[in-house]
Amino acid sequence: MSEQVKIEQEQKSNVSAKDNILLEVKNLKKYYPVTAGFFKRKVGDVKAVDDISITLKRGETFGLVGESGCGKSTTGRTILRLTDATDGQILFEGKDITKLKGSSLRKFRRNIQMVFQDPYASLNSKMMVGRIVDEPIRNFTRQTSKELEPEVKALLSKVGLREEDYYKYPHEFSGGQRQRIGIARALALQPKLVIADEPVSALDVSIQSQVLNLLKEMQTEFELTYLFIAHDLSVVKHMSDRIGVMYLGNMVEVGDNNAIYKEPLHPYTKALTSAIPEPDPLKKKERIILEGDVPSPQNPPSGCVFHTRCPAAMPECKKVIPQLKEVRSKHKVACLLYD
Amino acid sequence: MTYKQQEKDLLKVKKLHTGFYIEGKFHHAIEDINLEVKPKEVVCVVGESGCGKSVMSLSIMQLLPKGISKISDGEILFNGEDLAKKTEKEMNKVRGRDIAMIFQEPMTALNPVFTIGYQLQEVLFNHSNINKKDARKRAIELLREVGIPRAEKIIDEYPHQLSGGMRQRVMIAIAIALHPKLLIADEPTTALDVTVQAQILELLKDIQEKEDMAIMLITHDLGVVADIADRVIVMYAGQIVEEAKVVDLFTKPKHPYTEALLKSIPRMEEVTDKLNTIQGVVPPITNMPEVGCRFVDRCHKAFDSCKKVSPQLGNVNGDQHLARCLLYEKCYPSDYSEEKEEISL
Repeated sequence: MSEQVKIEQEQKSNVSAKDNILLEVKNLKKYYPVTAGFFKRKVGDVKAVDDISITLKRGETFGLVGESGCGKSTTGRTILRLTDATDGQILFEGKDITKLKGSSLRKFRRNIQMVFQDPYASLNSKMMVGRIVDEPIRNFTRQTSKELEPEVKALLSKVGLREEDYYKYPHEFSGGQRQRIGIARALALQPKLVIADEPVSALDVSIQSQVLNLLKEMQTEFELTYLFIAHDLSVVKHMSDRIGVMYLGNMVEVGDNNAIYKEPLHPYTKALTSAIPEPDPLKKKERIILEGDVPSPQNPPSGCVFHTRCPAAMPECKKVIPQLKEVRSKHKVACLLYD
Repeated sequence: MTYKQQEKDLLKVKKLHTGFYIEGKFHHAIEDINLEVKPKEVVCVVGESGCGKSVMSLSIMQLLPKGISKISDGEILFNGEDLAKKTEKEMNKVRGRDIAMIFQEPMTALNPVFTIGYQLQEVLFNHSNINKKDARKRAIELLREVGIPRAEKIIDEYPHQLSGGMRQRVMIAIAIALHPKLLIADEPTTALDVTVQAQILELLKDIQEKEDMAIMLITHDLGVVADIADRVIVMYAGQIVEEAKVVDLFTKPKHPYTEALLKSIPRMEEVTDKLNTIQGVVPPITNMPEVGCRFVDRCHKAFDSCKKVSPQLGNVNGDQHLARCLLYEKCYPSDYSEEKEEISL
């Protein structure tokens, strides 16, 4: 533990006390090349993430919402350096991490941990729960499993499992309990940032609320910052302080969670909030039904990427790419309607 | 229930028990299911994974794998005929023509090596003496009906060329090809994005009105239920625990499980720090308690009798609102006598 404290102190001294920003993503781009033919000639790009910027303050939860294929998971994976960014900067505590290599990259990795979507696929079925949870610590320190046992057991009881569960294997647990194991593993290193990629979408509603509550409890206990990625706007709204709405690799709107829900500005956000079926049969709300499907990111529409499905599209939308602009206080939108 | 009402039911399931052989032993997946679907009605079946809602729908369609599963008891009356007693050949005439089904995953439900048109026309050829030209015409018509653009082109394409929402539209087109009286939809929107889900739900509502058919929609999403249902059936651990008209269920839930379920969903308009939760998990079917309520370990209103007395489905509020909970006097089994007076509501 003493080693860890030392590293933390070191990192703290690098950052000025005033600096409250943990993560700053600047103009991040991630393109996947599309190849064809025998020589794998490059014929185009899939623009999974196209020029997005996010600022995350310490202790806050930033929610990323969007439909499948909008690039929200790619954003998370790029911040973790699981894939490398094509362009742009990711500043973690002021340091650009996109260029890190070797041992400095390895050292950095302990600061960010991830909770995955599928609790059935993300745990090694041949490993005991204790090994799964202590593996990240063993990876970064010289401590053995035996030395770590009390610490890991304490962590297990913190996430709502029992100490005996240390000796069990993943198949003995239900989906919700497995997700608790996944959360314990993410917290084992006491990271600063946790990226939760659809942590509850594979779970039933009654279990979903347990896991969401646990994530909130852990946030206060370990002073965590979350990047919370999900497609379900009601879940994201419940968890987040601020929300970013993504569409086809672009950030179309960023704002406080209430602002996004109460006064959505972008036509896409409006459609998204209205499409959520509310569990109240008496409230018949006006639905904005979007036509068609999300276009392919390999061949995105010109101008505003949403213009093909937008109910408020104007002729300019085909030509001009809208920029993210602050139109209300702390509420940014990328749409020509607000120019 | 009077005889006249009985006559009106399109589908009537009586005391249905279905189970599986697991490691040589027979376990019930659903027990004592009683339900009716009236013509032109939308009935939603909700419940968490493993509660038996899909087993129920597959039992009605007789699509459960032979050998490892068995309908051990009960009747499935469709227009007065018992489907459970029909042979495979007779069932094939019912499926598609009288009852159609759409599934959760439109990619696996469609055959990847045949064109959309082939799969659509297959239904028409199997059930009627239609010639090729007319079948193609009808197929294009059907695709238009479910809102597929460029239907003349899409008909010659393969499932992988379509998006998830489009595939689900094709599935719906196949399902309504022969004007079935009942459509069973098993989680039809779960694999889709919200904006596409909204499209498909609108489409189902439209078609239900146009075709005058009944829909039995199986889902875990209470938001979808509130949107589309006339009547709701809540299942828990293989049993029906509550049945009510949609407004009654959402405004006056009677079973503690339904109540807790409604409270545990994050709502858009409310700001809460902590969500209500239901502790614990559903008991596995290999380890169901033999007597008592199946929800007892997770129920915050449980009392002593809950572990000893198996509650029955009883009328709790008017004639249309049923629940299975010992909080209500009508849910005690008929042979139960002791302690009855002590229960206070």
